[in-house]
Amino acid sequence: MQELNIEARTDNLGEVLGFIDALLEEHECRAKPQIQINIAVEEIFVNIAHYAYAPDVGNARITVDFEGDPLSVVITFADSGMPYDPLAKEDPDVTLSVSERQIGGLGIYMVKKSMDDVEYEHKDGFNILTIKKRIN
Amino acid sequence: MTITKNQDGEKLTIALEGRLDTTTAPNLEAELKTALNGITALTFNLKDLEYISSAGLRVLLSAQKTMNKQGEMTITGANETIMEIFDVTGFVDILNIE
Repeated sequence: MQELNIEARTDNLGEVLGFIDALLEEHECRAKPQIQINIAVEEIFVNIAHYAYAPDVGNARITVDFEGDPLSVVITFADSGMPYDPLAKEDPDVTLSVSERQIGGLGIYMVKKSMDDVEYEHKDGFNILTIKKRIN
Repeated sequence: MTITKNQDGEKLTIALEGRLDTTTAPNLEAELKTALNGITALTFNLKDLEYISSAGLRVLLSAQKTMNKQGEMTITGANETIMEIFDVTGFVDILNIE
């Protein structure tokens, strides 16, 4: 298992994605799931950066593990900010017309739709969000 | 991300190359603030766009809202991955995609 402990700021997004991409490439992740995983990681990390510790800044601990055959990647995001279950939020209505659509609210929905499994738990003072995706 | 603009009178084509994400979406947003003045036909050429996150979708939705008031907006060249994102988010129904 690999771990990255990093300050949750949007300008660290590049470093987070670099860390994850290197591991995905090492495990011969196909291009399409790699992009989907990138998007999911961005949505989750940016949410932590924007909301978990606002108006302060805190850390996000990201772990990456690979399991199973066919191989899946399991990525967890832990923060000790305000308890928040992003999965409890109602899905946006994606059938609304352009004038009715709200700008935003789509990120976690995209994560739910593109990953094979998404789980949240609040444990020992940490928000822990786990995503799982088959990579080959 | 590279933003290439090509204007012909009231027609504007914007080609996006690379990644439209949290880091780059503000650049496009800033660009659009002034670029859409007087434009009645806006085309986004996404042929070389590899990646779009919700931050990028927000900018496209905002551009669509602006263009609904003053003309039309068209998306061209989106690859399979980007089309899937448009699909799950319902953007296929609100954007004019060719």
